[in-house]
Amino acid sequence: MATTTPPEPVSTAATPPSQDRTAPAEALATYRPSGWAAAWMLARREWVRFFRQKNRVVAAIVQPLLFWLLFGTGLRGSFEAAGGQDFLQFFLPGTVALIVLFTAIFATISVIEDRREGFMQAVLVAPVGRWPVLIGKVVGGGAIAWAQAAIFLALVYAFGTAPLTASVLPLMLLLAVLALAMCGLGMIVAWPMDSTQGFHAIMMLGLMPMWLLSGAFFPVPVGTAEAPLGWGQAALGWVMRANPLTYGLTEMRHLLYPSVEFAAQGFAPSSQINWTVSVLFMAAMLGIAWVLMRGSKKADLVA
Amino acid sequence: MNPTTESLPHDAAAVDATGAAIQVSGVRHRYGDHTALDGVDLNVASGQIYALLGPNGSGKTTLFRLISTLMPLQSGRITVAGAEVSDPLDVRRRIGIVFQSPSLDKKLTVDENVGCQAALYGLSGATLRQRRDEVLGQLGLLDRRGEFCERLSGGLKRRVELAKGMLHRPRVLLLDEPSTGLDPGARLDLWEVLRSMAGEGMTILLTTHLLEEAEKADRLAILHEGRVIAEGAPDALQAELGEGLVTVVCDPDEGLQRRISQQLGVECQRMQNQLRIHSDNPAALVPQLAELLGTAARSITVGRPGLEDVFIAKTGHRFWAPSSSQE
Repeated sequence: MATTTPPEPVSTAATPPSQDRTAPAEALATYRPSGWAAAWMLARREWVRFFRQKNRVVAAIVQPLLFWLLFGTGLRGSFEAAGGQDFLQFFLPGTVALIVLFTAIFATISVIEDRREGFMQAVLVAPVGRWPVLIGKVVGGGAIAWAQAAIFLALVYAFGTAPLTASVLPLMLLLAVLALAMCGLGMIVAWPMDSTQGFHAIMMLGLMPMWLLSGAFFPVPVGTAEAPLGWGQAALGWVMRANPLTYGLTEMRHLLYPSVEFAAQGFAPSSQINWTVSVLFMAAMLGIAWVLMRGSKKADLVA
Repeated sequence: MNPTTESLPHDAAAVDATGAAIQVSGVRHRYGDHTALDGVDLNVASGQIYALLGPNGSGKTTLFRLISTLMPLQSGRITVAGAEVSDPLDVRRRIGIVFQSPSLDKKLTVDENVGCQAALYGLSGATLRQRRDEVLGQLGLLDRRGEFCERLSGGLKRRVELAKGMLHRPRVLLLDEPSTGLDPGARLDLWEVLRSMAGEGMTILLTTHLLEEAEKADRLAILHEGRVIAEGAPDALQAELGEGLVTVVCDPDEGLQRRISQQLGVECQRMQNQLRIHSDNPAALVPQLAELLGTAARSITVGRPGLEDVFIAKTGHRFWAPSSSQE
């Protein structure tokens, strides 16, 4: 007996719910679930949660600042880089990368917590599919990382460690790309994991070396005709060249110090290559994260 | 047929000819070698509170997960509010789910948690505010709306979960073990809310392993080893067993069981440490039994059959494992 008129599917006008109190069936058509609204909610939630946990905010700014000042000052005397930079200047892009890397990864790792606390279960049974989870987490976490890096850079420019020029605009864009890439990487690491304990192992064995070998801490070794590299250094050089983060870092160095000529010394791929690698890296990370999330049913169930 | 039914084929049949909000037919489910559901058929009518009762491992959680589209269907057919579970997004728009495990974000307030749910189900702006006030009012949460969920008591948290589940006005509300972790007062409270929701035309399906909870439902299905062993209104199920039940606590053996059956002309069920006799006139049996058994009977009690007796009558097992003496 299908004689009742079905609710108009395209109606977006919100009829006052009080009018159809006794007929929940009629109200369905007024609520059209949207994946974008869900993604936006998840992204905003990341922000709210982040700023409610004050220790996270403080740690995310103070730790890299300490790192930068201690290493930068301590290693100053024993280091000489292109353009007559001291280590405090050389280490600056690496510090920014560290902020982005850690904040982005820690923001996405919260997906493990969300699952354990049950919040994710409610999201995954909502009528919006899974992609809003990825977009929401990545955009929310990425925005936090990006904002942290921006605050840190504002301090740096205020101190005068790097000159403030128009290149700050592409620099912020690059940081956004790197933040999204790192969040994608974070999702890849976090999604299959049951506990945050396992994450620390991945952190020390994978993410720290990735950062160390990106030219953040020391330049890519390059041999010359007079002084060829030993095989160890040559291998290190190739590993660093294969690390996609190296290209983002090289470009960041360019944009932080636009007047310094890096091409004459050492490894200096063109901006075009740097941008291409960074964007492809981001796309690959997000793509792999999506395939992982779509494929596993795991997070649907809370034991 | 209305011409618009073609664009929304399921809506027209949201409540089908039989009035069923949930239809389960021939559902089987296996985890590896273990059969969790072995051919389950159910019909839940619209506007009812329906309980899936069963001890742990009876398959009720599996069935709940299949109905709520948390797990893909292996065989059989399930429709919920007119949508096939093989189309999860369609079903999910029509149902509200309240999990046994909490799903609140503890770092957010009650209002914010409900707001999150709203974003997932397509409510926003004025609709959201109105609906949120309505739901929070209905659940008595208006004065708690600004509080962080981590500070709420278990009963209040469960109410927030309910608020989330019914926010988008689902036709069917699914609750997994809703009274877990609630004190007796909060349980009564919960049932009052469920009653008022059912009164508004919502269909409520809940799983439970508590006999006294299942008794409050309009209808219930008892699951055992992946099958529905009894189905109906609680009163009717109990009435099927007759007016009364005589329980004899003793050390029964087959001979004793046979003697009672032959001499008293009644059917007698033997359990580990008791004999159970269903009868419409139980009081008359007591003196006969006392005479027949003598000192072998440690106690003879007369009562009205409850749901546990329904379970025992159908399965020959206690509802709870023999070692536990609850219920």
